Amino acid sequence: MANDDSQDIVPSDGHVTTTRSPGTAVERADALHNPGLPPHRLRVTDTDPKKATRAERIVVALFYVSIVGSIFAMAAYFAFPIKPNDLGSVRLNNVFIGIGLAFALLAVGVAAVHWAKTLMVDHEGIDVRHPVSGTPAVQARAVEIFRTADRESGFNRRVLIRNGMIAAFAALPFPAIFLFRDLGPAVGTPAEAYSHTMWKQGTRLTKDPTGDPIRASDVTIGSVFHVIPEGLNDAEDKLEEKGKAAVLLMRLEPGDLHVSADRADWNYNGIIAYSKICTHVGCPVALYEQQTHHLLCPCHQSQFDITREAAVIFGPAVRPLPQLPITVDSEGYLVARSDFHEPVGPSFWERRGDYNA
Amino acid sequence: MAAMNSDDTKPRRRKRGRRSPLASVALVLTGLLITGGAYALFTATSPANASVDMTSAQTIEQGKKLFAANCATCHGLNLSGSDAGPSLIGVGAAAVDFQVGTGRMPLAQDGPQAEVKPRVFDDEATLQMAAYVASISPGPGIPASSDLALTGDATKGAELFRINCAMCHNVAGAGGALTEGKYAPNLQNTSAAHIYEAMLTGPQNMPVFNDDNITPQEKQDIITALKAQNKDAGVGGFQLGSLGPVAEGLFLWIFGLGAVIAFTVWLTAKSN
Repeated sequence: MANDDSQDIVPSDGHVTTTRSPGTAVERADALHNPGLPPHRLRVTDTDPKKATRAERIVVALFYVSIVGSIFAMAAYFAFPIKPNDLGSVRLNNVFIGIGLAFALLAVGVAAVHWAKTLMVDHEGIDVRHPVSGTPAVQARAVEIFRTADRESGFNRRVLIRNGMIAAFAALPFPAIFLFRDLGPAVGTPAEAYSHTMWKQGTRLTKDPTGDPIRASDVTIGSVFHVIPEGLNDAEDKLEEKGKAAVLLMRLEPGDLHVSADRADWNYNGIIAYSKICTHVGCPVALYEQQTHHLLCPCHQSQFDITREAAVIFGPAVRPLPQLPITVDSEGYLVARSDFHEPVGPSFWERRGDYNA
Repeated sequence: MAAMNSDDTKPRRRKRGRRSPLASVALVLTGLLITGGAYALFTATSPANASVDMTSAQTIEQGKKLFAANCATCHGLNLSGSDAGPSLIGVGAAAVDFQVGTGRMPLAQDGPQAEVKPRVFDDEATLQMAAYVASISPGPGIPASSDLALTGDATKGAELFRINCAMCHNVAGAGGALTEGKYAPNLQNTSAAHIYEAMLTGPQNMPVFNDDNITPQEKQDIITALKAQNKDAGVGGFQLGSLGPVAEGLFLWIFGLGAVIAFTVWLTAKSN
């Protein structure tokens, strides 16, 4: 097709048209007429020797600016050394060496472009596109090389070897799949790992990061404690466990809380604990407003009303934050009554939908 | 940045002095700088400098008068509060020193939250009112200067700040937005005493961080860390308000990409 059409191209004035194969490009008989090149326009530096001299001076000056920049950078290295324990010296060092190098590099670039644009010979040229395919002789030679290789190696004759090789290559990626499995939880399925945290009956609530236990009397009204389970700091997979078990502890006037019947004993005199992991995509929700009792997630502005069991009042989160049932032990320290009653954090495939039903 | 700097070709205007068109601009700029600098110098006084005997009956009596004249309309003559303002029973001298010392109180107008304003009362009057409020019912006191010595452990303080404060106040203490027009204020220029008092009393929507939650030593650590951070600010260059990736990204999108586009246009334009 394309080869037939190429015969019909009308040569434009002063323009060479080849009848060589255009490769894979589709050429149409009704293609736009080639308008040719616009008339050549002379630059001021072509006509006015004064302007040309001026452009030359600018280019040379820019190269000298670059040299000055390089010297400045070297001088700055010694003039503004980095002193130990003085971060201000790092800033000065960075700024002045950076300014020197920036001028050194930029001036060379600007000079080269200005040189090319104003002083180098200015004429329009055409690079004709080469055909993509090789000559018939080259093609025949390539086929011959493949045939010879096949004959001499016996690739298609010794089928057992060939199939063995293909099978070996096919098996190679599989170990990677098993290695990737190591990124998941060591015991059980990912869904099981998401569904349980370090909290269990009697686990003390402790302060993040020190791990000191918290007495109920320490938590005055309006207070916020950032809480981790007792023993987290000694856990082997501390960060993974903290990512699930982090809790925000608040104390409100007990009268401000709207407690549902099945959660009647989950708070202790107005002290309440909620998961700090947002149910939207798992950011830590800890922007607690003491007067409005709203919790704000900084990532996507979900808001939870703490007086109504962390109900979502704004934003993309779809579920309330899970509440951690708490009480006090015989020594007056706050402890968990149990683990969370539902998985914390964002949704996942295997999460059941009936936890709050 | 470098790309933009190099575009400033310095005009060679020597020996033209005050006839230069830039002279008036420079004059105005100098005047503004001097005025602003002097203002900053005079207003940046520490709140707990005045020597007032907080327990003397005369101070309390003086404070009572000031309170009755300036605060009682909203907070009630006996501190019990009203529809217009909360009760001040048990807020302590620290709350008064913070709210009045930062100019938040007296409130100028209703709004999402009380804002920092030029102070209405000097140190003496502030402390007199604080003494009066503390005399009615006990509460957190104004921190002693030994609590504000900035000799704490900055490393530990920075960790505590990241856990307890940074989600609202930003890791660099630059402040941040809350809900419905409220915001956590910038802490970079807040005095050590006011930071300490805010932790202790939980002003407005900020939660309380009492001494059982964050011990006095830990409070010192946090303040030390904040002040150390301010001292060494901007190692990487312009801070752009320390607001983080959004501000920095916007700056690069506008000025970085702007410079790239300008260069591209220049590169492809035919010389005249």
